[in-house]
Amino acid sequence: MSDILVKIHRAAPYGMITLRGDLSSTALQKAATDAAGVAFPETGMCVFEGKSGLSWMSPDELLVLMPHDQIQSTLAQIEKALNSTHFLAADVSDARAMFTITGPHWRDVLAKLTPADVHPDSFQQGHFRRTRLAQVPVAFWQSSADTVTLICFRSVADYVEGLLVNAGRAKSNADYF
Amino acid sequence: MLILTCPYCGVAADETELTPGGEAHLTRETVGADDAAFEGYLFKRENPKGVHFERWRHAYGCGKWFHAARCTVTLEVFGTYPAQTTEPPKDIRDKITAKRPGWSWRDFG
Ligand SMILES: [Zn+2]
Repeated sequence: MSDILVKIHRAAPYGMITLRGDLSSTALQKAATDAAGVAFPETGMCVFEGKSGLSWMSPDELLVLMPHDQIQSTLAQIEKALNSTHFLAADVSDARAMFTITGPHWRDVLAKLTPADVHPDSFQQGHFRRTRLAQVPVAFWQSSADTVTLICFRSVADYVEGLLVNAGRAKSNADYF
Repeated sequence: MLILTCPYCGVAADETELTPGGEAHLTRETVGADDAAFEGYLFKRENPKGVHFERWRHAYGCGKWFHAARCTVTLEVFGTYPAQTTEPPKDIRDKITAKRPGWSWRDFG
């Protein structure tokens, strides 16, 4: 469609595991980094390599991302590594939807829908921002120079897609960033 | 517009990303409290024009409860601090004293 400013793509089901526990524990840090094959993220950040990554969700929660066919093996690996410690690992893949928004105007599109500061000075590659998109909770991170990846609950995925498509109409370009 | 920085994740969160939790530092009275203490816990609230201490939850973010010190007149935010304290920390109180000499709020000031 030529009247759309950015390319909005609803991704195929992706592997997501919620890992809760003491993020300062070396056992948990090792289990997470071994499972995802990336370094441990700092507060408010995410680390990706290829299709796997770790995102900092809260002081006691990480989101482990991986290809959909690796969920069970990753989950088993985490559970084995943290056996007998206090933690929770849950496959939340089916509860989530993922979108990519591609094009030089992705910041303009997001800024119409979220109160989060998406200015290039504040939001850059590596940042993981949990916020809201219009009326629903989402999280997003910049996955390449002109792409932002966004996750939300699957139950509101159609709503989110509608929001993005509407905010992405070429004639509504705010052209601020 | 009110912007509070969550002390847990460092995000400068807009008011609409937060859930208000009312007045901060209330003592939860329980079994053994007399009627006056219980009435205070249930009903007596500060409603200041000026310095105020509140609880907020980073609902559209990390999900944690935290405290905020702000001015109800100007919306100036003096600071935010974690929930694991029963009174405003000294550095926050000092910051308020520097900006609002003579302030008072409940037993503080
Ligand atoms: Zn937070």
